[in-house]
Amino acid sequence: MRHSRTAELLVGLFMLAGLVALFFLAMKASNLGTLETGSAYDVTARFDNIGGLKVRSPVTMAGVRIGQVSKIGFDPRTFEAVVTLSINDRYQGIPTDTFAKILTQGLLGEQYVGLDPGGSPDQLGNGDEIHMTQSALVLEEIVGQFLFSKAEEASKL
Amino acid sequence: MIDALAQLGSRGIAAARRLGRGHLLLLAVLRGSGEVVRRPRLLLQQVFSVGVLSVLIVAVSGVFVGMVLGLQGFYILSQFGAEATLGVMVAASLVRELGPVVTALLFAGRAGSALTAEIGLMKATEQLSALEMMAVNPIRRVLTPRFFAGVISMPLLAAMFSALGVIGGWFVGVGLLGIDDGTYWSQMQTKIDFDKDVINGVIKSLVFGVVCTWIALYQGYDCVPTSEGVSRATTRTVVHSALAVLGLDFVLTALMFGN
Amino acid sequence: MAGSCPLAALPFAMTDAPPLVKIRGLRFSRSGRTIFDGIDLDIPRGKVTAIMGPSGTGKTTLLKLISGELTPDAGVVEVDGQDVHRLGTDELYRFRMRMGMLFQTGALLTDLSVFENVAYPLREHTRLPEDMVRKLVLMKLEAVGLRGARALMPAELSGGMARRVALARAIALDPMMIMYDEPFTGQDPISMGILVQLIRRLNDAARLSSIVVSHDVKETCSIADHAYVIAKGRIIEHGAPDQLFASRSPWVRQFLGGLPDGPVPFHFPAPTLESDLLGEPA
Repeated sequence: MRHSRTAELLVGLFMLAGLVALFFLAMKASNLGTLETGSAYDVTARFDNIGGLKVRSPVTMAGVRIGQVSKIGFDPRTFEAVVTLSINDRYQGIPTDTFAKILTQGLLGEQYVGLDPGGSPDQLGNGDEIHMTQSALVLEEIVGQFLFSKAEEASKL
Repeated sequence: MIDALAQLGSRGIAAARRLGRGHLLLLAVLRGSGEVVRRPRLLLQQVFSVGVLSVLIVAVSGVFVGMVLGLQGFYILSQFGAEATLGVMVAASLVRELGPVVTALLFAGRAGSALTAEIGLMKATEQLSALEMMAVNPIRRVLTPRFFAGVISMPLLAAMFSALGVIGGWFVGVGLLGIDDGTYWSQMQTKIDFDKDVINGVIKSLVFGVVCTWIALYQGYDCVPTSEGVSRATTRTVVHSALAVLGLDFVLTALMFGN
Repeated sequence: MAGSCPLAALPFAMTDAPPLVKIRGLRFSRSGRTIFDGIDLDIPRGKVTAIMGPSGTGKTTLLKLISGELTPDAGVVEVDGQDVHRLGTDELYRFRMRMGMLFQTGALLTDLSVFENVAYPLREHTRLPEDMVRKLVLMKLEAVGLRGARALMPAELSGGMARRVALARAIALDPMMIMYDEPFTGQDPISMGILVQLIRRLNDAARLSSIVVSHDVKETCSIADHAYVIAKGRIIEHGAPDQLFASRSPWVRQFLGGLPDGPVPFHFPAPTLESDLLGEPA
């Protein structure tokens, strides 16, 4: 009761500091700050193998992030992965013959969807599908192919 | 032989009774929640003595732990050429584990033992009885505000610890060891998930707050009202809190980050 | 000299007004030790009643049984006609506002000043405006002679002053009775004299009933109207102080006279001195 005014002030600052710290952790130290703001439109793409692609993995074009993966599904009839890409409304005018490739950041990093623009005058709209896709490169398959081809060379000699 | 068994039995019964008394006390404390709403002044005072006065030790420890993580992390990660992920390592260690756990241990040592001593002394000097005689419920008036103060303060303190630790790691990694500033933050921002990491860390620190404050209040309230009794009670607070926090941490980690 | 006193000898028979506190057949034990073994006691209204006995006989426990803080194993405790242990928690709390208690150490709330300590019960249980509270607090402090000390903190008070502040707090709500738990222990002669006078004057001026639990025979008997001597869980004797001093019971004479040897022996039970010194080591 004695030091109530200073105490009140300090308690208020304490709560504020705690909330600021939480906010800092949320925004600067986690992926909350990179969550998509604003409206987006959905485009689907089918892949034979999505590798390590996850929901919220980035979708980029020319290296610039334009959206994220919003849903990953599976088609039991065609045994393909159906990936829903959520592209920010700011980025319109993506041609319908765009190539969607699953790429890896660096050698062992996160996987993301990279879009290579085509030349068609028609644009992708909400609900459209990208037909030209390239699946993820699975490391084991690449190594396996490499070893196989090396073995073939050796056997030819 | 029979004596040893009888001893064991009576010790077991005494322990069970203590556990029961502890839970009954928690119930009584929670039932007094209305008091805190009616007299926010009490809560304010307690947040000051429990939370604000713990900031210094939590902040300093946070910075140093973060710096050590930065240092150690750099040496280990550079062996794999993965220095770029230092930010992720520091942040993940802090937010998921070190923030909540170390803050809880510091809290138990600083605020928990102070709470136990204060309440034990109030018991020894008959202040609690005096409140009873003045028709004031001592549990609602004395214990409940302190309980909620602890529960509120802990997540905030843990967040401060983690945040300052991340900055400490940045200072060492980027400032002293030459990691790229942008990489430090952007890797962190991609890999640290708000839901899985930050929120779970907050939940952990809330649980630890409840447990540590509860133990501190119970030990004080239940102690033998002599100076020796109070001193033993404060030691028990720190020891029991530490064990409870570490044990619960394992359980919570398994629940949250397991599969 | 044991046994509870026959009903006819109780003070009830002496005055017409019913006793303030009526205890019948009280039995209480703690940690296996029997503290009270069937006690009958009457506290008359408007008088100072002393309860005396050696340390550890449970005199403080008796006060806690009267206030309802402890529950007896058997027997009835009636205060102003109310069975204390049949009251619900809220009713008990309301009832306690009519009882004041002075603890051995004063038991002031250490984080509040003298003024705020005395104001505490007023602010808790009444809706009086702050200036009324202030006036009442100052009057209570004046009654105990500590109005000038109102801004001090309990840590700055001497033991005697702390007890006087606690007394002012105990009378803040104008209770019908006050219980004093060992008020004279460890006091210097002046503080002792002050407290003794205060207890008597307050009792008469405010028409309170006072129960003084103590083992300071001289001080207590100088102000008591009636006294009980309790030992080993039973009432040894009771009556007006001069009656007790004239008692034939060797036990009462040893206690009241402060004699070192008597029914309570000087020597702790031991084998004979010769066997200890000359015989085998124990």
